[in-house]
Amino acid sequence: MTKGILGKKVGMTQIFADNGELVPVTVVEATPNVVLQVKTMENDGYEAVQLGFSDLRDVLSNKPAKGHASKANTTPKRYIKEFKGVALGDYEVGSEVKVDTFAEGDIVDVTGTTKGHGYQGNIKRNNQSRGPETHGSRYHRVPGSMGSIINRVFKGKILPGRMGHDRVTIQNLEIVKVLTDKNVLLIKGNVPGAKNSMVMVRSAIKTGKQKKANK
Amino acid sequence: MSQQNPLIDEITNEQLRSDIPDFRPGDTVRVHVRVVEGERERIQLFEGVVIKRHGHGISETYTVRKISSGVGVERTFPLNSPRVAQIDVTRHGRVRRAKLYYLRALRGKAARIKEARR
Repeated sequence: MTKGILGKKVGMTQIFADNGELVPVTVVEATPNVVLQVKTMENDGYEAVQLGFSDLRDVLSNKPAKGHASKANTTPKRYIKEFKGVALGDYEVGSEVKVDTFAEGDIVDVTGTTKGHGYQGNIKRNNQSRGPETHGSRYHRVPGSMGSIINRVFKGKILPGRMGHDRVTIQNLEIVKVLTDKNVLLIKGNVPGAKNSMVMVRSAIKTGKQKKANK
Repeated sequence: MSQQNPLIDEITNEQLRSDIPDFRPGDTVRVHVRVVEGERERIQLFEGVVIKRHGHGISETYTVRKISSGVGVERTFPLNSPRVAQIDVTRHGRVRRAKLYYLRALRGKAARIKEARR
């Protein structure tokens, strides 16, 4: 069954594993999430659990948000996300989901919003190569030909534009450590997004690596 | 200097070692490295001149350079690594820069470092 939690990316560091190897980890702080709603087949047509993370100040929330949160006896949350494929019986409205839902060695997928890069050219955005700087090339950082002359440009032609700020999932990351007292997950490798941005941590959708870890 | 979140320091502080002697670039150190061969574990010595220290906190490393059968060998260790059993400082050297990369171009007598009284 899938497990999930919402957290905040704090930053990266390294820690020593038991065998003395230095492992790069991302620190994700996940203060207890609150189950705001359990969506059932009869009521909503699909099954999911709605988790809320990070309290909002009173002035920042409106009446509908307060009403929704009050059903779970909690304050309105900044981030609300649904997790599908979970064992519904384990979740009760108003109960808390803490970092200890995950254990050391679990394989997870982490979803976040990447850093925005603004308007970028083809070299940075689409990995094109640049032209020669000298010898009169007059072809430096431009996107090149637009294709054959058919009075339009084909869809999918790589061109400059806004880069970053995309929802990205990185699959099959390992949980190196769970610090229950600090509400912290240490995830091996990097996760998408800037510091202080929200990330979703879910059990890995591809099970190959998980099976290998259990052997 | 740390601009990072104090939470990160909290997490890594418990892995920092307190038994590391004070040493600087130019010093000669003897590093006792734990080597695991199959089931057995033994100590290997690596003695040479510290040519740099890099980073801070748990990521801090130092590089030791020695001449082994005529070939220069450099090895970089994480300062707080549990794989290092012990570090002995055998000699303090007097040098005028933090990174002693110039030693790579020098051989024999020219590569000596004056002893410093500290």
